Amino acid sequence: MPAFLLKRLIQSIVLLVIVSIIGFTVLNLIPGGPMAQYALDPGMTEADKARLAEQLGLNRPLLVQYFDWAWRLLQGDWGTSFRDGNPVLAVIGRHIFATFLLMGSSTVIAIAIGTWIGIRGATHRYSLFDYAATVGAMVALSIPTFWFGLIGIYVFSLKLGWLPAGNMYTIGDASVLDYLHHLIMPSVVLALVHIAIWSRYMRTATLDAISQEFVKTARAKGVSERRVLMKHVVGNALLPMITLAGVQLPSILTGALVTETVFTWPGMGRLFLDSLGYSDYPVVMGLLMFSAILTIAGNLIADIVVAVVDPRIRLA
Amino acid sequence: MTANIHTVDTPDVALSVRDLTVSLPKGMERAHAVENISFDLRRGQILCVIGESGSGKSVTANTIMGLLPKVIGVTAGSIQLEGRDIVGMGPEALRSLRGRVVSMIFQDPLSALNPLMTVGEQIDEAMQAHGAGTPTSRRERAIELLTEVGLPDPELMYHQYPFRLSGGQRQRVMIAMALALEPTILIADEPTTALDVTTQAQILKLIRDIQRRKGMSVMFITHDFGVVAEIADSVVVMEKGHVVEHGSAKKVLHTPEHPYTQRLIAAVPHLTGEDRAASQTDKAEPILKVQNLEKTYRSGSKIFRTQRIVPAVRNVSFELAPGQTLGIVGESGSGKSSLGRLLVKLMETDGGKILFNGTDIAPLHEAEFRPLRQKIQMIFQDPFASLNPRMTIGRILTVGPVAHGMDIASAREEARALLGLVGLDAGAFDRYPHEFSGGQRQRIGIARALMFKPKLLIADEAVSALDVSIQAQILELLDRIQRETGVSMVFITHDLRVASQICDRIAVMQKGQIVEEGPPSQIFLDPQSAYTRELVAAIPGERPAGHRPVAAEI
Repeated sequence: MPAFLLKRLIQSIVLLVIVSIIGFTVLNLIPGGPMAQYALDPGMTEADKARLAEQLGLNRPLLVQYFDWAWRLLQGDWGTSFRDGNPVLAVIGRHIFATFLLMGSSTVIAIAIGTWIGIRGATHRYSLFDYAATVGAMVALSIPTFWFGLIGIYVFSLKLGWLPAGNMYTIGDASVLDYLHHLIMPSVVLALVHIAIWSRYMRTATLDAISQEFVKTARAKGVSERRVLMKHVVGNALLPMITLAGVQLPSILTGALVTETVFTWPGMGRLFLDSLGYSDYPVVMGLLMFSAILTIAGNLIADIVVAVVDPRIRLA
Repeated sequence: MTANIHTVDTPDVALSVRDLTVSLPKGMERAHAVENISFDLRRGQILCVIGESGSGKSVTANTIMGLLPKVIGVTAGSIQLEGRDIVGMGPEALRSLRGRVVSMIFQDPLSALNPLMTVGEQIDEAMQAHGAGTPTSRRERAIELLTEVGLPDPELMYHQYPFRLSGGQRQRVMIAMALALEPTILIADEPTTALDVTTQAQILKLIRDIQRRKGMSVMFITHDFGVVAEIADSVVVMEKGHVVEHGSAKKVLHTPEHPYTQRLIAAVPHLTGEDRAASQTDKAEPILKVQNLEKTYRSGSKIFRTQRIVPAVRNVSFELAPGQTLGIVGESGSGKSSLGRLLVKLMETDGGKILFNGTDIAPLHEAEFRPLRQKIQMIFQDPFASLNPRMTIGRILTVGPVAHGMDIASAREEARALLGLVGLDAGAFDRYPHEFSGGQRQRIGIARALMFKPKLLIADEAVSALDVSIQAQILELLDRIQRETGVSMVFITHDLRVASQICDRIAVMQKGQIVEEGPPSQIFLDPQSAYTRELVAAIPGERPAGHRPVAAEI
C-alpha cells in the first residue's frame, strides 16, 4: 500500500505539471489577454498601459511568467486577482461554500435516488418501472440542464411562487431555513442528470452482480431474498460505483457552470465564467489547478476506498 | 425403468420425482427443459444424474431447490420431498427447506463464494438464515465443519476471504456450508468439473465419506462416466429433457440398454495404455526440437519491491517427429498453456531454443517469423469465443491466407475443400458461426488452422469444452487429418484419458517442468515419476489392465 501511494503521488505531480503547462499555454494563446480590455479606454495612455503591464508582470516573456507563477504556487502563493487585487485562494475560498452546499446536496439526492432506481430496475428487469426509468434517464440526459432550470423557475417561482428564482439567501434573513428554501430548486435540477447517470450505472452493476454464482449459493442456503439483495448483490454492485463517485468528486467542488448561472448561485462555476470574462488569469489558473488536484484526489480516494472495502485488493 | 418407478412414499425414498415437466419460454429451441421425468433418490444413496449439455440435468436440480428463474416453471408433475410435494409451494416455504433439508453445491467454486465475505461469515449465514443457534454456537459449529471437510487450520480458515483459497479448498468450504444444518439431501451440480484431476479425486472421496458417515442422500449431477463409476449407487441418464435410462450403477455402466447410453459410454475416452500405431515415422529429423525453454512471468514493480516472479516454463526440452502427436499433460498452473503460447510465439521466450525444421524461431522478430507463422497453426479451446461472430465461415477461413498473399479464388476453393475434409458441407461457407453447434465450430476452427497447410498444429485444450460424444468425433477427425496430411501436433490437455487416445508420446508437466516423457504405455502402465503415478491414480473410473493400485506401492 505505501508503495502504491508513493507511485500515485509521483504520477499526480507529473500530471499537475502537465496540466499547468497546457492551461497556461492555452490561456495565453487566446487573443486579447488581460490588457485587451484597456485597448479602447480613452483615459489610458500607452504609458499607463505599459506601467500597468509592468506592475502585473505581464511584460515579461511567457516562460519567465510561467516559472514565476509555478515557483510562487509551490510556496503556497496562488497569485493575486487582476480584478480586485485579492489573493486567488481567498477568492476561491469565498465561493467554495456555495458550491459545496449546492453540489453536495444534489449529489446526495442523485446517489440516493439513482442507486435505488438502478437496483429496482435490475431486480425488476423489463418491468414497467424499468422501462419508465430507462426512458426517464434518456430524457434527463438529452434535455439541457438550463431548460429544466428555466421551466422550474417559471412554474415554481413565477406561477406558484413557492420557491425563490435565484440567489443563495435573502439579504437580511440568511437563516438555515432560508438557505434550504433557496437550495431546493437548483439542487434538484442539478441532480436530475446525475440521477440518470447513477441509475444507469447502478442498474448495470446490479445486473452483473445478480448473475454471479455466489448469489445462487446464497439462495441455496435459504438466505432471505431481502438479505440476498442487500448483502450479496448490492454489496458487490457498489464496488464499481465507488470508482464512479471518485471520478465525479471534483465536479462537486468545481461547480456546475450552467446551474449556477441560471439560479445566480454564487459558486465556483460562476466565478470561473466571470474570471474568464475579465481575463483574470491568476484566478482562472487557480481554478484550473484546483480542479486538477481534486480530480486526482478523487480518483486516489476512490482507489483507497475500494482497497479498503475489497479484501482481494486490501490483502493482496 | 417402468417397474420400480411406482415406489412412491416408501420410507426409504428421500426424494421422489414424478412425471415432472418444466417448460421453457417461447422461442427456445424446445418447449420443455425436462418432460415427464420420474426417478427416486433412495435414502443413504448416491444417485448420479448424467447427461450432455442441454439434457436438462441442471434444470432438474434447480427445480428441486426451487431456484428456477422466473421465466421457466413447472407445468406438470410432483416432487415428493420427505413425503411433501414441493411443487406449488410458496417461496417462503421453499426458502425454509433450502439449506436445511436440501443443500446444494455448484460447479465453479471460484465464483460460488461471495468475494467480500469471509469463509466464516458465509458458513454462519447458512445457519443464521434458518435461525439456528446463537452467534457463539454457530461459530463453534462452523469451525467443526471446517475441520470435518479437511481444511487445514480451521480457526484461521474461518477468517479467510475466498480469494486466498485454492479451488479445491473453496469447494470444501462449499461442502461445509451445505452440511451446516445436516440436510437430508445434498445436490451436487458438477462439483468436480472445474477442478484438477487430483483435486477431483479428493473431493469425490470427501463427498462419499461424508455421505456414508451421515447417511445422507446425494443427487450428483455430472457429464463424466468416470465420475459415475467412482461414486454412484444408481444412475439416471438424461437426454434432451427425457430420462432414457434408470438403474443401478453396475447395470447402467456394464449393460446399458438404451442406445443413447450405449453411445455415450462408448464415446468416453478410456485410458488405452496402448501405443498408437506408428505413422510414417523413421524420418530422422524432428520437425520440432525444443531445448531448455524458459519463461518467467514478472508482475509488479522492481523499484517498489512488490515484484512477483512466477516461473511458468522451466528448462523444458522435447522433440517431435514429423506426423506424430506429442501430448502435453498437466494440471492448472503446470505451465502447459504457457508452453503452447511460446511455441507459436504469442509470447517471447526468456531462454532456450525452439528449432522448427532446423531454424531457431525463439529469437526471431515478428517480421522475420511471419513467413513461418503460417506453418505453425493453433486450435483453440473455446469454439464459441475463437470465431468472429460477424464474419461468415468463408471469410473466417480465407482472411488469413489472403492476408499472406494467397489469391482469393484459390483460397475459396481451398476453404470449400477443407470444410469437406472436416465433415461439414460446402453450404457452411456462407453461414455465420452462431448457426453452428460447439462441435461444428471446433471443426471450423480446425479447418481454419489447416488453410495454411501447416507443418505443426498446436491444439490447446481443443476438445475440453465439448461433450464426450462430440469430443470422440473431434479426436477421430484430428487423427484422420494427421494421417492424411502428415501434420505434426502438440496436443495440450488436462485430461489424461483424452491424451491417451491421440498421442504418440506424452510429456507430463508439473510446476513448469516436464517430469516425465514417454509413450502412453509407459505413462499409464509404468509411470516413472511419483507425480505421474498420482495423476494416473486420480483419473476417475479408470483401472487400466496391468495397472496396480497406487496405494499398494506407497
